[in-house]
Amino acid sequence: MKSETLEAVLKVRAEKRAAVLLTNMLSGDERLIEAADLASLQATDADLAEQIASALRSDKSRTLETDDGPVFLNVFNPALRMIIVGAVHIAQPLARMADLAGYAVTVVDPRRSFASVERFPGVSLSSEWPDDALADFGLDARTAVVTLTHDPKLDDPALEVALKSDAFYIGSLGSNRTHASRLERLSESGFDDQTMARIHGPVGLNIGAKSPAEIAVSILGQVTEALRKAS
Amino acid sequence: MSEQQTDLAAWPDDVLETAASWKNDGREVAIATVVHTWGSSPRPVGSQLIVDGAGAMVGSVSGGCIEGAVVKEAMEVIAGAPARVLDFGVSNDQAWEVGLACGGKVQVYVERLD
Repeated sequence: MKSETLEAVLKVRAEKRAAVLLTNMLSGDERLIEAADLASLQATDADLAEQIASALRSDKSRTLETDDGPVFLNVFNPALRMIIVGAVHIAQPLARMADLAGYAVTVVDPRRSFASVERFPGVSLSSEWPDDALADFGLDARTAVVTLTHDPKLDDPALEVALKSDAFYIGSLGSNRTHASRLERLSESGFDDQTMARIHGPVGLNIGAKSPAEIAVSILGQVTEALRKAS
Repeated sequence: MSEQQTDLAAWPDDVLETAASWKNDGREVAIATVVHTWGSSPRPVGSQLIVDGAGAMVGSVSGGCIEGAVVKEAMEVIAGAPARVLDFGVSNDQAWEVGLACGGKVQVYVERLD
């Protein structure tokens, strides 16, 4: 790999753009193609453009057999993100675990005594109101949203933004009863059953988790399942 | 917006960032990439391992079973040998073959960072 190619890959990643790197494993020829360039590639090489689009969609790198030899198509999708609404106790282990699993984590909570640097060292914090914060983030298909406050004033606005986005995972902490009344409120706001079914509630896999760290494991497990078993 | 930003560059396992920083420090670097897998294999296609001229490594291309052999090949590539594709698996009987405990097969592309 040429150093210039590596620098270009790192730049694309830093700017959160999707791209693939094609490397001919016989000649060493390299070509970095951004998702934004696919439309123009479509005109000259429709077959390749489709292969790249498919690899980006499934987030799977692969080797292509071509007339010029095997070409490795390496997918560079934007980083996974997790937005945690509610800087509560469970958010502390969840933020650390999600970071380890490769997510860029942001914790949103307008209550500054909760979202403090002392409680969340090294974590990106936002003290904006959740709907404003989430709208600013531009939730995409590489983003998971988890609400943990139990407080309709904070959780509901976040869920309303998340349900209108492509977020691959939406989860909301609360008992079955809390979740039922949550769905009632969202229904009154105009969301249909099919849309609301995207919310995982009560949040997390049913593994009998008790402590905040165990509940974080159950949530991250469910997020992983949504990410990896969806397609 | 009121946001306290963290240092994303602090990700401990960002292999390509590390490759660039090693290169900037004047170290020779080879990059090994899983380009194909068959059956069960511990690391998915796209997984990368980087190696320097002294054999230091970051990242992984398996659960640890083939890294030793990949490092050896990588050091040859650093020393000037051409980039190469390595096959590892149960049915492979070449001299550098290292069995995968899981029974899968994996193909690894090793290239120098120029």
